[in-house]
Amino acid sequence: MSSAPERSLLRRLIEPPAIDEQSPVGRVVTYAMLFVWSLVVLVPLYWVLITSFKGPGEVDNGPFYIPFVDFQPSLAAWDFMLLRNNTLGPYLNSVVVALASTVLAVTIGALAAYSLVRIRFEVKLAAVALFILLLVALIIAVTSFGVGWLVALTVALALFVIGLFTLRGRMKAAVGNNDIEFWIISNRIMPPIVAVLPIYVMFQQLRLLDTQAALIATYTAVNLPIVVWLTRDFFAAIPIDLEESAEIDGASKLRVFLTIALPLVRSGLVATFLLVLILAWNEYLLALFLSNAKAQTMPVLVSAQNTTRGPQWWNMSVLIVVMIAPVIVIASVLQKHIARGLLVGAVKG
Amino acid sequence: MTASADSAQAAPQATGWAEWLDRHCGPVMVLPAVIVILCFALFPLIISAYLALSRFALAQGGFTLRFVGLANFRKLITGSQQYHLLGTFGSLSVFQWLLLALVAGLLVHGFWRHFTRGRPTILGVVGRLITASMVMGLATLAIATSATGGVPGTVVNTLLYVVVGVAVQFALGLSLALLCGQPIRGRNFFRVLFFIPLMVTPVGIAYTFRMLADMQKGPFAPITQFLGITEWSWATEAWSARLMVLVGDTWQWTPFMFIVLLAAIENQPRDQVEAARLDGANGLQVFRDITWPAIAPVAATIVLIRLIEAFKIIDLPNVLTGGGPGLATESLTLHSFIAWRTQDLGGSAAVGYTLLFISTVICVSFFNFVVRPARGSET
Repeated sequence: MSSAPERSLLRRLIEPPAIDEQSPVGRVVTYAMLFVWSLVVLVPLYWVLITSFKGPGEVDNGPFYIPFVDFQPSLAAWDFMLLRNNTLGPYLNSVVVALASTVLAVTIGALAAYSLVRIRFEVKLAAVALFILLLVALIIAVTSFGVGWLVALTVALALFVIGLFTLRGRMKAAVGNNDIEFWIISNRIMPPIVAVLPIYVMFQQLRLLDTQAALIATYTAVNLPIVVWLTRDFFAAIPIDLEESAEIDGASKLRVFLTIALPLVRSGLVATFLLVLILAWNEYLLALFLSNAKAQTMPVLVSAQNTTRGPQWWNMSVLIVVMIAPVIVIASVLQKHIARGLLVGAVKG
Repeated sequence: MTASADSAQAAPQATGWAEWLDRHCGPVMVLPAVIVILCFALFPLIISAYLALSRFALAQGGFTLRFVGLANFRKLITGSQQYHLLGTFGSLSVFQWLLLALVAGLLVHGFWRHFTRGRPTILGVVGRLITASMVMGLATLAIATSATGGVPGTVVNTLLYVVVGVAVQFALGLSLALLCGQPIRGRNFFRVLFFIPLMVTPVGIAYTFRMLADMQKGPFAPITQFLGITEWSWATEAWSARLMVLVGDTWQWTPFMFIVLLAAIENQPRDQVEAARLDGANGLQVFRDITWPAIAPVAATIVLIRLIEAFKIIDLPNVLTGGGPGLATESLTLHSFIAWRTQDLGGSAAVGYTLLFISTVICVSFFNFVVRPARGSET
C-alpha cells in the first residue's frame, strides 16, 4: 500500500489507500448518497416549519422557499392557533395521557418482566382453561340472556375460586414462564382495531368515554407488551450473583428488585420510557374511538382540521410543528439507546 | 381474589403480612400486567368474536345484538360487501396465469424440499399447509383483482402496503446502514438525523406529504409546471394515490430498519472483515460472506416486527387520501373503522377478525420459515 506514487491516477481514485479507509471516489459517492437522503429527511420538516410562518397569501400565490428572502414570515398562524384557538386543551390532554400511561406501563411492565426473568412460575393449565371457560360463559350470559353484568361477574368469580380449590394438587400440566411471557408479548400482534370496539362499549358502560382515564388505561395496555419485551432483556443481562447475595442477606424479591435490579437497568428503562412515551404521544386510532371533545389528543385534533375548515396549511403546520417538536428532541436523545435495546431484543426474540 | 382474603387474615401481625408478601411476591408482581392484558386484550378479543357473529342495531335507550352466525363474514366474502373486502375480479391473461402457476410451483417446491431433506412431522406438514394455502389464496386474490377489469379491495391494499412497503423500507434501510457503516466522518450526525422520521407523528407526516405533493402550491410546483401536469392530481388516480401512501410510510419506517441494521453492522466481527480485505476480497464478497451472515438474524427479526406493525396501518391512508379515490387506498383497519362509523358493528368486527387472521398466519409463518432458520444458521 505504500507504493501509491507509482499507481496511475485512475487506480488511486478507485482503490482504497488503506484497509480501514475508502477510495476517494467511493468516499464522494458515499457522502453524496448520504446527503441526498438527508435532504429527503429534512425537506418535509423544513417545509412544515416555514409554512407555519406563512399566511394565506404566501401559500396560495405559489411556492415560496426561504423566509425573509422571498416571503415575509409572520407569526399570525401561531398567534391564531395557540392563543385564540383551542389548541392548548388537546395539547394538555396529550401530555397528561402520554405521561401517565407511560409511567403506568413501564412500572407494571418492568415488575412483570423482572419476575418473569427471576422467579419460576407454574400456572396450572386446568386453571387457565377454567378461567377462559367461565369468561365465555359470562359473556354469553350477559349478552344473550340479559343477566346483569355485576351479578354475572360475582358468580363467575365465586365459581372460579371454588374451582381453583377443588383443582388444587390434582392436575399436573402447567404453563411456565416462557409461555406467560410469549402470551404477553404476542398481544402486540393483535391489531388494535379488533379490541377497540369492545373497549369502546366497556367505557361507555362505565361512563368513562371521552375521558383521559379511558385513554390512559387503554394506552397502558397497548404498550405493555413492548415494555415487557424490551425490559426482560435488560433484567436478564444482570449477573444473578449480585441479587443472590442480597437474598442470602434476607432481602425479599421485591426489595432486591427495587434496590439492586432497577438501578442497574436505569439507562435501559429510560430508553424504554422514552420510546413508549413517543408511541403514546403519536397514537391515533384508539384516540379516534375513545375521545371526542373533552379528551381529544393532538393527533385527532390535527386530523380533524381537514374536515372542519378545509386545508388551511399555515394553521395546520403550526399544529404539526408543536406536535412533533418535542418528539424530535426526545428522538435525538433516544436513538443510541433504541438501537441497542432493539438489537438485544431482536437477537434474543 | 384469593390474595385479598389472605392478606386480610395476615394483616393483624405485621410480620405475617411481610412474610406473605415475601412468599407470594412473584404473582403479585406479575398480576397487574396479566390483569391489564386480560381486560384490554383477551376480554375484548372474545367479545369482538361475539360481535362479529351478531348484528348490532340501535334500539330505544340502548342497543340490541342479534346472533346471526357467519352472516357478517358471508356478506364480506361472497355477498354485497365482497367488492369492498376482496375487490372485483378481473379476467386473467396468460401472463397472470403463468404468475399464479409460478407461485404454486414455488410452494410445491417448498413441500418437496421439506419431504426429501427434512424430517417431516405431522405438525410441520399441517403448518406448511396452512401457510401455503394462505399464500396461495392471497396471491390469487392480488393477481385476480389487479387484472384487467379488476379492482383491488382492502385486503389487497393492505397487502400492498405490507409487502411492497416493508420490502422497499428494508432495501433502503440496509443500503443506508451499509453506507453509514463505512469508515466515514459524522456517522453519529447521520444516525441522529436519519432516525428522526421514525418518531414523527404519522398524522403529521400525512399532512406534510399532502402539502409537499400539492401540484400548484407545493415546493415541487415549478417541476410540475415545467412538465405541464399542474392540472393532474395524484389523489384522483388509484395507483398514484397508493404510491403516495407508500412514500409517506417509507419516509417514516426506513429509519427503523436503518438504525437497527447499522447497530448490527457495527457489531459484525471486525477482524474477519479486515482479514478478508487483506486477502483481497471486494466489498460484495465481504458483504455476502461476512456481513450478511452476521446481520441475518437481526434482519429477519426486524422485518417480522415491521410486518406486525405494517398490517395495522390506518393513519396515513385515512388522513392522506381518506381511503380514496374510491377505495383504492383503504386499508383493512380503515375499512373496519368506516364500518363502525356507519353503525355496522358486526361488519366492523368481522373485518377486524379477518385482519387478525391474515396477519397472525403471515407473521407466524414468517417467524417459523424465515426468522427461525436465520437464527439457526448463526449458532
